[in-house]
Amino acid sequence: MNALDLARWQFAITTVYHFIFVPITIGSGFLVAGLQTAWYRTNKDKYLKATKFFGKLFLINFAIGVVTGIVQEFQFGMNWSSYSRFVGDIFGAPLAMEGLLAFFMESTFLGLWIFGWDRLSKKMHLATIWIASLGTLLSAYFILAANAFMQHPTGYGMSANGTRAELKSIVAVLTQKTAVSAFFHTIPSAFLVAGSLFAGIAGWMILKKRDVDVAQPVLKMGLVTIIISFVFIAISGDYTSRVMVQQQPMKMAAAESLYETKANAPFSLFTIGTLDGSRPVFQIGLPSVLSFMSTGNFNGVVEGVNDLQKEYVTKYGEGNYKPNIPLAYWSFRLMIGFGALAALLALFLLWRMRKGGSLPESKFMHLSLRALPFLPLLGTSFGWIFTESARQPWVVFGLMKTADGVSPTVSAGNVAFTMIAFTLLYGVLAVIEFGLMVRTIRVGVGKPVEGNNANDGQPLTMAY
Amino acid sequence: MSLNSFWFLLIAVLWVGYFVLEGFDFGVGILLPFVSKNQAERRAVLTTLGPVWDGNEVWLLVAGGATFAAFPEWYATLFSGFYLPLFLILVSLIVRGVAFEYRSKYGKESWRGRWDIAITISSLLPALLWGVAFANIVRGVPLTKSAAGAMEYSGGFFNLLNPYSLLGGVTTLFLFISHGAYFLALKTEGEIRVRANKMGQQAGLLTALLAVLFFAWTLVSVSHRSWVVGGVTIAVVSWLAALYSNFRAREGWAFLYSAITTAFVVITLFLALYPNVMPSSNGEDTSLNIFNASSTHYTLKVMTVVAVFLTPFVLLYQGWTYWTFRKRINPSQIANAETGVLDTIHP
Ligand code: HDD
Ligand code: HEM
Ligand code: HEM
Repeated sequence: MNALDLARWQFAITTVYHFIFVPITIGSGFLVAGLQTAWYRTNKDKYLKATKFFGKLFLINFAIGVVTGIVQEFQFGMNWSSYSRFVGDIFGAPLAMEGLLAFFMESTFLGLWIFGWDRLSKKMHLATIWIASLGTLLSAYFILAANAFMQHPTGYGMSANGTRAELKSIVAVLTQKTAVSAFFHTIPSAFLVAGSLFAGIAGWMILKKRDVDVAQPVLKMGLVTIIISFVFIAISGDYTSRVMVQQQPMKMAAAESLYETKANAPFSLFTIGTLDGSRPVFQIGLPSVLSFMSTGNFNGVVEGVNDLQKEYVTKYGEGNYKPNIPLAYWSFRLMIGFGALAALLALFLLWRMRKGGSLPESKFMHLSLRALPFLPLLGTSFGWIFTESARQPWVVFGLMKTADGVSPTVSAGNVAFTMIAFTLLYGVLAVIEFGLMVRTIRVGVGKPVEGNNANDGQPLTMAY
Repeated sequence: MSLNSFWFLLIAVLWVGYFVLEGFDFGVGILLPFVSKNQAERRAVLTTLGPVWDGNEVWLLVAGGATFAAFPEWYATLFSGFYLPLFLILVSLIVRGVAFEYRSKYGKESWRGRWDIAITISSLLPALLWGVAFANIVRGVPLTKSAAGAMEYSGGFFNLLNPYSLLGGVTTLFLFISHGAYFLALKTEGEIRVRANKMGQQAGLLTALLAVLFFAWTLVSVSHRSWVVGGVTIAVVSWLAALYSNFRAREGWAFLYSAITTAFVVITLFLALYPNVMPSSNGEDTSLNIFNASSTHYTLKVMTVVAVFLTPFVLLYQGWTYWTFRKRINPSQIANAETGVLDTIHP
C-alpha cells in the first residue's frame, strides 16, 4: 500500500470512529436536557435519577467524541497537506468558526453542567445543558457546511495561477443546499441513534425489573424519538437524493447500479454486477421508483454510470470517474435498512405497550432490545461511507482528486505507523468504553445526591 | 495594521490562551502522584481541573482551525512536517481526556491507579513536545520549494531533536509544572496546598535556570531584536515575582505572575518570528511568512468579523466558569472517596 491508500484508510477509520460517538453525543445531550427539564418542572425524584444515570452514560460517550475530534482537526494538515493548501482559503473558515462558536460553548457549558450541581441555581444549571446541546448543533452545522463544499463546491473562484480555490462568498458556502440538506438529514439521524440507545437501555432495565419507575418514561421517550426522527430522516433523505442527483449524478447512478441512462428507472432491490462494475448481471427492481426519487417524476430520465463516465471524460479529461459501485450500492441500502429496522422495532414496541401494556418477556425481546442501540449506528456509519466513497475519485468534486490531496512529504512508513497506532489505540478505547458502559448500566441508577448549594466545607455533590 | 499582521497577532493570542490555560492542566497532571497521598487527595486535585480542562483544550483546536483558515500554507507545512511529534501530542491528548473522564466512573483501586499513571505521562509528553516544536519553529527548519510551488518541510524527524529545541522543551516542561503547582496551591486546602507550594518553589527555581539558558541562547543565535529583549525581560521579571509570591504563600499572585510569564514566553517567540511564520534554514526565499502563507484578503476579512464578534463572548463565559468554581477544594469534601463514583455511592 502506498501513502495515499494508507492516508485514505486512516481518514476513513478515524472519521467513522469519531462519528460513532458524535450522533450519540448530539442526540443524548438533548434527551438528557429533556429529562432534567422534566425534573425541574415536576420535581419528581425519578426524573432526577434518570438525568444523572443517563447523563453519566452520555458523558462516557462524550469523552471519546471529544478526543477523537482532536485527531480530525489536525489530520488534514498531517496527511492531506496538498488538499489543505488547495482549499484552506475556504475550508478553514467553517472549521475555525466551529471551534470559536461551538467547541468553546460545548466544552465550557458541559463543564459547568457536570460540576455545577451545587454551584449554580437550579434554573441556571438546567440552562447549561441546553446551551451545551445547542453547541453540538452549531458544531454539526459548520462541519457539515465544510463537508458540503467538498461534495459541491460553491461560492469560490480559482486563483490567478490556478493553484488554489479562493473564497468569493462565505454566505454561499454556509447556506448552500447541500449543507442544509445534510444538516437536516444528519441531525435527525443523531436523534434516531440516541433514542435507540436510551430505549434499548431502559427496556433492558424494565425486563430486569430494575428501577422500573426511572426506566419507564425513558423508554417511552426513546421510542417516540425514534419514530419522529425517522419521519424527518425520510423526508430530508428524499430531498437530499434530489440535490445529489443534480450535483453528483454519478453518485446516484452508483447507488442504484444504474449502468445505462433510463426513463422510468427502477429502484433496485438487489443487483449483482460484473466485478469491474461495467454492467449488471442480474437485477430485481421496483419500476419507475428511482425516477421518482431522483426527479420527483415517475417518467423522469436518470443518467447511468457508463454515460456519465463518457461525459466526465469529455469534461475533465481521461480517467476513471466511477466510484466503487458495489460499495455505494450496498452502503446506501444498509443505511436505509438499519435505520428502518430500528423504526419498525420501535413501532412494534409502542404498539405492544399501548394503553399501559408491558414489554413481552420473550427471548426475541431481550435480543432486540440489545440490538436496538446498534442498528441506527450502523445506519449512520453506512450513510457516511456512502456519501464519502461514492464521491471518489474526487476529494473536492470536480476540482481536486483525492490522489492529488495527499501530503507529498510524508512517507508511507510514517502514515502506516500512525494508522496502525491510531487503530490500535481506538480499538483499546472501544473496549474500555464499551466495558464501562455495560458496567455503569449493570450497576444501575444508585442513589444520587441532590445539589445542596454546599457552603465551604460541606461535601461536594460532584467530584472527579 | 494589515489584516495579515492582525491574524498573526490573533494566532499568537490563541496560543497564549492555550499555554496559559492548558499549561497549568499539564502541570497538575504531572504533579498528581507527587502532591496527593490518598484517594481523597487525588480526587480533590483532579476536581480542580474537572470543570475547565476541556474548555482549555479548545484553545488549541481554535488555534489549529484559525491557522488553517488564515494561513493554510503554514497549517499544511507545519503539521505535515512535524508529523511524528504532533502524532505523539495527539495520542497524549486522547489518553489524557479519556483518563480524566473515566477514572472517576468506577471505584476500583487498580482502575484508578492505571488512569493516574496515564494522566501523568500524557500530561508530561505534550508539555515537553510543545516546547520542542515551538523552539524548532523559531530556530528555523529546512524548507524546500516543491515543484507545485509549496514550501515543504524537508528535514526528518531527528532534525527536530536538536539541543536548542530540546532545551526549549525541558524549559516549557518545568514552566508548566511550576504553573500547575501555583494553580494547585491556589485551588486547594490543607496538605496538598502545602506540598504544591513547596514543589512550586523547587520547580520554579529550576525553571528560572533553564529559562535563562534558553533565552540567552535565543538572544545570541536566533534573534536579538529589541522587541524580543523586551519580551524576555518582562517574562523574567514576572517569574521572579512569581517565585517571591509563592515563597510568601501568596498563591493568587504567584499564579498570576506565572501566567504572565507563560504569556510572555509565547509572545516573545512570536515576536522573534514576525513577519515569518516558519523561517527556513535554507534561506529567506523559502521561508513562510504572513504574506506568502496567508489566505485571501476576503477570507481574512470574514474571519476578522467572526473573531471580533465572538471572542468577547468566549472570554466572558470562560471567565464566568472560573468564577463559579473559585472556591478552594478540601479533600475532606470528597464524600466516600474510596467507593463513590462521581455523584453516586455504590457499595
Ligand atoms: C455532524 C456532526 C459532526 C461531524 C460530521 C464531525 N463532528 Fe467533530 N464533533 C461533533 C460533531 C461532528 C460534536 C457533536 O460537536 C462533537 C462530538 C463530541 C463532542 O464533544 O463534540 C465533536 C467533537 C469534535 C472535536 C472536539 C471538540 C471539543 O474538544 O469539545 C473536534 C476538534 C472535532 N469534532 C473536529 C471534527 C472534524 C475536523 C470533523 C471532520 C472530519 C468532524 N469533527 C466531524
Ligand atoms: C463524520 C462523518 C464522516 C464520515 C463517517 C466520513 C467517512 C469517510 C470515509 C469512509 C472516507 C473514505 C472514502 C474512500 O476513501 O473511499 C472519507 C474520505 C474523506 N472525507 Fe469523510 N467522512 C465524514 C465526514 C467528513 C467531513 C465532515 C469532512 C470534511 C470536513 C470529510 C472529509 C473527507 C476527506 C478529506 C476524505 C479524503 C480521504 C479519502 O477520500 O479517502 N469527511 N470520509
Ligand atoms: C429513509 C430513506 C433515506 C434516504 C432516501 C436517504 C438518502 C440519503 C442520501 C441521498 C445521502 C447522500 C447525501 C450526499 O451524498 O450528499 C444520505 C447520506 C446519509 N444518510 Fe441517509 N437516507 C435515508 C435514511 C437514512 C437513515 C435511516 C439514516 C440513519 C440511520 C441515514 C443517515 C445518513 C447519514 C449519516 C448520511 C451522511 C450525511 C449526509 O451526507 O447527509 N439515512 N442519505
